[in-house]
Amino acid sequence: MSEKYNEIPIAGNIIEPGNSEKYKTGGWRAERPILSDEKCLWLKNGTCGRCWIFCPDMAVILTEKDGKHAFAFNYDYCKGCGICANECPTDAIHLEKE
Amino acid sequence: MSNKPAVSIKDMLKQDLILSSGHRMCAGCGAPTVIKLMGMALRGPTIVCNSTGCLEVATTIYPYTAWKIPWIHVAFENSAAVASGALEAINAMREKGHYKHEHVDVIAIGGDGGSFDIGFGAISGALERGHDFVYMCYDNGAYQNTGIQRSGATFTGQETTTSWAGKVIPGKLERKKPLAEIVAAHKIPYVATVEPSNFRDFIMKFRKALDAEGPGFIHAFSPCPRGWRSATEETISISRLAVETGLHPLYEVINGEEWIMSGPSKRVAEAGLKPVEEYFKTQGQFKHLFRPEWEGFRKKIQEQVNHDWEVLKKRCGVE
Amino acid sequence: MSVPKNKITVEGLTGDAAIAYALKQADLDVLAAYPITPQTIIVEDYQHFAANGEVKAHVIPVESEHSAMSACVGASAVGGRVATASASAGLALMWEILYCAASMRMPIVFTVANRALSAPINIHNDHSDGMGMRDSGFIQLYCQSSQEAYDTTIMAFKIAENHDVLLPVMVGIDGFILSHNVERVEMLPDDVVSKFLGVRKPFIALDPDKPITMGPLALTDYYFEFKEQQDKAIMGAPKVYKEVEKEFADLTGRKYGLFETHKTNDADIIIIAMSTMGGTAKVVADAMREKGDKVGVIRLKMFRPFPAKEIAKVLGKAKAVAVFEKAMSFGAATHPLALEVRTALYDAEERPMVVDFVVGLGGRDVTPMTFVEGIEKTKKYIAKGKAPMYETLGVRK
Repeated sequence: MSEKYNEIPIAGNIIEPGNSEKYKTGGWRAERPILSDEKCLWLKNGTCGRCWIFCPDMAVILTEKDGKHAFAFNYDYCKGCGICANECPTDAIHLEKE
Repeated sequence: MSNKPAVSIKDMLKQDLILSSGHRMCAGCGAPTVIKLMGMALRGPTIVCNSTGCLEVATTIYPYTAWKIPWIHVAFENSAAVASGALEAINAMREKGHYKHEHVDVIAIGGDGGSFDIGFGAISGALERGHDFVYMCYDNGAYQNTGIQRSGATFTGQETTTSWAGKVIPGKLERKKPLAEIVAAHKIPYVATVEPSNFRDFIMKFRKALDAEGPGFIHAFSPCPRGWRSATEETISISRLAVETGLHPLYEVINGEEWIMSGPSKRVAEAGLKPVEEYFKTQGQFKHLFRPEWEGFRKKIQEQVNHDWEVLKKRCGVE
Repeated sequence: MSVPKNKITVEGLTGDAAIAYALKQADLDVLAAYPITPQTIIVEDYQHFAANGEVKAHVIPVESEHSAMSACVGASAVGGRVATASASAGLALMWEILYCAASMRMPIVFTVANRALSAPINIHNDHSDGMGMRDSGFIQLYCQSSQEAYDTTIMAFKIAENHDVLLPVMVGIDGFILSHNVERVEMLPDDVVSKFLGVRKPFIALDPDKPITMGPLALTDYYFEFKEQQDKAIMGAPKVYKEVEKEFADLTGRKYGLFETHKTNDADIIIIAMSTMGGTAKVVADAMREKGDKVGVIRLKMFRPFPAKEIAKVLGKAKAVAVFEKAMSFGAATHPLALEVRTALYDAEERPMVVDFVVGLGGRDVTPMTFVEGIEKTKKYIAKGKAPMYETLGVRK
């Protein structure tokens, strides 16, 4: 908040797309989602992905490299809503108190 | 432009997200998912014109923006008009050889307040003029951004801070404005209702709206745990329930004439509607309806839903 | 280089038609407008150009003035050259978006056939609409003739789109008195206007290659800084205006300044008035001088930003300033133009008496005799050494 009026873009334009990633919302979380790897369909065969699709905070990270699938929560942004757990068809995600 | 919208998880993961983390929508809000699914349908360069509302406010708190595509907010009631201007200026500049992109899609987004109520005139005007754009209303059933006041989209019986459930009044008494039907009456090429739980249906329809030559309109249901007093984890399941109870049926209307019931609602038609009570009991805003004195009112709501459902089935030729 | 006479087209045009022609030559990308008397001819003529393929703009026949200004903001945001036109109630309906257009730094040209505000509904001229938007952040230029309306509309784009300004410009003409009155207008060749204006080069635009966010929420920590930027931009506008006008004068020989002065050098009483009243005032001043009253006139063109210092300099030597204005700021100490004039004079070493006459509301004719009456009153006030803050002239009392 140190910028002077003539040091910032005009009219409130924000010129860096997606810079909200600098703002961490993980501190809002009361409960944290935990994955049980053995039940996860993404890890098993690269299907499902419902947790990723329905996460409102883009805090589920699904990756694939050389046919191997990896899963992570981005706790910097996860607000702990629990949608991932609720929508998981195999109950692979549960919530734990922070 | 990508030929096909991303509907499989593998394709979705390849698609650039249009909204990033770090936005300040409430935990469990349906709207960011609605935007994510919209992003899966995009064909190429796109500009978003966003009405004032939760989504606008919470995704662009200066100096941060969650948007990764060009985005503009001007006011509450005018995103359809702003979109008209943006689109036509691009077209004019392109025709004169002053514009580098071969095609840019323009999407206007408003909440239910900005679409059903205050922005209704601007939407109707833009549809009548036939601009080749898409308008999406994300409907969370009340003015959630200003503190949960009733809107034209609020359901009968829903309690808001301007339609309290008191000793003599059981929440909103009036019907929900049938926005998608009114929009369809403009005889525009494409109108569809969507909601996030049926995400493939959502994405495919959004792409159809973009592909239509002329205006496309998407009415997206979008649960609001804060305003609805529902569990944050139930956002998607409540959205699904809105389809299963007939409160937010899924359909398309082509040129204002051809009514098509979508797969998820067709399956509901086969299985029969779930009672609205199942939907009501998931949310604090309907709790009062279970008091004995409002049993008759609740029954009336069910009758109305049943009636509307039968009318829709008939229009869509579904038995 | 002045444009040779044989390249100039001369036509009898109404103020509206002159503006429509200027908009045609400005090579707009978008014109978005809604019909309202007495502005309608501007859009009608422009639509006629469009129907004949004489313009390449996309005309958006919006469903309201609110949407007109909103569409202009959208069109300007993607980098287009944009104009709209309105008056009175239509302008009032735009009010919210006027502020957005200015704060979002959209160089929109807004031509207005100034008209009274309701109620009672009235289609005739006064300046209530323009004065109602005076704090919106628009640059405001009020014109006296069809020629000036044409010239100013063209210049307005160059001023608005200048990267040191980036503000919308209102070009005002008196409803009916000028909007519907035919006058001789000299028009530049199309290619000269094209060269003068060029294609708009946006300072920043909504561009898929470089995605930005426009119009976010800015709260206690940043909002004020954007207002500071806006203030600096509008206060710097006269400098750009003068540069643009000089360039225009080189082509046409015509210039108007921030205001016109007429026999102010030795004047005891200086009339200050805007738009078509300026012409009447000049005639009255000449006639009164023949009878021995040293009367001069300032015909103010730029109301926003208000050229306070320059005006104070001209007024300082007079005994009294007689403000004639066509708007009321209900409940204010005095009325919009006089408020500015009084403020401008506060720091002056020699402060003339300021007399404020509200005239011509709802199109009530402001005749030479209205000015004579005001001057006679002013002379009495000078003798008494005291004047009321304001009074109305031409109303049945």
